[in-house]
Amino acid sequence: MLVSLYRYNPETDNAPYMQDVEIELPAGKDLMVLDVLNLVKEKDPSMSYRRSCREGVCGSDGMNMNGKNGLACITPVSDVVKNNKLVLRPLPGLPVIRDLVVDMSLFYKQYEKVMPYLVNDNPAPAIERLQSPEDREKLDGLYECILCACCSTACPSFWWNPDKFIGPSGLLQAYRFLADSRDTAQAERLANLDDPFSVFRCRGIMNCVSVCPKGLNPTKAIGHIRNLLLQRAT
Amino acid sequence: MGMNSVTNIGRNGIQDWIIQRVTAYVLALYTLFLLGFFVTTDVDYQAWSSLYSQGWFKIFSLLALLSIAGHAWVGLWTVSTDYIKAAMPRFLLQAACILVMFVYVVWGIQILWGL
Repeated sequence: MLVSLYRYNPETDNAPYMQDVEIELPAGKDLMVLDVLNLVKEKDPSMSYRRSCREGVCGSDGMNMNGKNGLACITPVSDVVKNNKLVLRPLPGLPVIRDLVVDMSLFYKQYEKVMPYLVNDNPAPAIERLQSPEDREKLDGLYECILCACCSTACPSFWWNPDKFIGPSGLLQAYRFLADSRDTAQAERLANLDDPFSVFRCRGIMNCVSVCPKGLNPTKAIGHIRNLLLQRAT
Repeated sequence: MGMNSVTNIGRNGIQDWIIQRVTAYVLALYTLFLLGFFVTTDVDYQAWSSLYSQGWFKIFSLLALLSIAGHAWVGLWTVSTDYIKAAMPRFLLQAACILVMFVYVVWGIQILWGL
């Protein structure tokens, strides 16, 4: 199989380029894209990419595989390869540090803006803040996000305004805390999202939904946030 | 947080959003009405002129015209802030769009009421 890799080392290269590597796949076995990258690295140790848990939990190896973002470790080669060719590029829209490694600072900055932690000024009870099973259920589909950035870097609105639009990942987390019955800062959270960019640059094209490796639905969460803002404004 | 904007029509994101949705409904209604009119009426000068001589239709038409202006303001403001990063050209484009919409509204009022 032909693997085409995005290569860029700012210390030696003037510009990024694509490098073609022929990889022999073991017969009768469907490898994950990360396994292919490991085979590439055996041939060329200078190839750089992030990886850690290799089972879709840590969110380190988000990348663009034959045009679609996803986690290399849980994406079978057979799912993405076309005409026996695999094109691997870094997540789009973020500055490249080297090869497939991108600078996630902007992504984390947007995450930080939504106050991704429980705010509750009431005195803490003796044991813990209780939540009914029904209230707990509201967090399903929200808390599972691993911040791999596949969704936000698949979003054109995030490409155009990564400094002002929070992006699908950050907004999913924003709603995760807006929906939490134990949080008391809902008004403050909504006031922070009211400008024309933070939430409203979402045009609902649902790229985020189609790429999320955890099967989450940021567009739906954004719709919930918009409804909360609407209730607050009318 | 976010851009402190003075060139958008609403004061915040939710106001822009509501303006865009409500004006979209008005424009859809107006379009459907006109389509229905064309389908059900044998349109000649007489029919056309008598439709536009009725007060309620003048108001409906003005509402549609204002809706186009509001809808375009929100939409073009969004497009300009997406693609034009330098403040001066962006402001000039926004001002030009707003001027064109203002002219259309005033001109439309003149046409509708035969001023």
